Amino acid sequence: MTQRFLKLAAYVVAVAALLAGAAVSAQTIDDRVRDIARQLMCPVCEGQTVAESSSELAEQMRAVIREQLEGGQHPEQILDYFVGRYGESILAAPPKRGLNLLVWIGPFAVLLGGVGLAVRTLRRWTHPPLPGDAG
Amino acid sequence: MRWQKTAVFFAVVSVLAVLGLAAARERPPWSTPLVGHPAPDFTLTLFDGGRLRLSELRGKVVVMNFWASWCTACRQESPVLEWTWQTYRSRGLVLVGVNIWDRRSDALRMMAEFGKTYPNGPDPQGRILQEFGVTGVPETFFIDRRGRIERKHLGPVTRDLVVRVVEPLLTAAEP
Repeated sequence: MTQRFLKLAAYVVAVAALLAGAAVSAQTIDDRVRDIARQLMCPVCEGQTVAESSSELAEQMRAVIREQLEGGQHPEQILDYFVGRYGESILAAPPKRGLNLLVWIGPFAVLLGGVGLAVRTLRRWTHPPLPGDAG
Repeated sequence: MRWQKTAVFFAVVSVLAVLGLAAARERPPWSTPLVGHPAPDFTLTLFDGGRLRLSELRGKVVVMNFWASWCTACRQESPVLEWTWQTYRSRGLVLVGVNIWDRRSDALRMMAEFGKTYPNGPDPQGRILQEFGVTGVPETFFIDRRGRIERKHLGPVTRDLVVRVVEPLLTAAEP
């Protein structure tokens, strides 16, 4: 029974891997350029990514992204290239490391604290401490 | 009660941290990760047909100016740039103009108008400007004799600024 289950699981994993591989390879170079361009802010625009902007600089940046992809560079390497020249503020989303983690964790921490506080307050309302209780 | 206080404290600290981080990400416009690092090498084909390679200027102080003919501030600083070239070239300074986001004919017209004699060339594909993280015109980079970017200046340069930045670079010991 266990062996049959393992075989089935292996089959499912293999099919999933094949499908994922096919999906990646089906991505055209245009899609890949757009994916990276979406992660970069246009340095001469107001709140537009390199993918959205029609400025000359954004166009030139998309050409560099394409060139680097065709040269075999990985998306992370391409993003690093732009960060090295324009700083981390070029990234549409702050990287999930170092102090930047606060940006990602902070809102959830605040939400969690708020929910905890609400639960605690509700409990107090529904079960008020008896007059004789201390604290 | 103590738990509530802790939760409120935690929430306030988190909000402040996020706001502080957002403010820190608003870098001053003149800062760039490239300052203090070796300038990216490039080859510029000049308007006169010559070629200039940055790494071949090692040992000289290089002032690189990104400009366009439609940019008012670029016109404003043009006499200062030509003065810089004429004043300091004998002391080992090279001024390089990189024309960007422009039409060749307009650039040539402006060079003639202001009598620009220092090496100047176009960057039609925007490769050099991206190597230097340029975000507008004019932008000027001051590069020391070792090829390290000493300073980036946004906006038109003035004589005062040039003297203040270039003099120490020129008097610094040769590498």
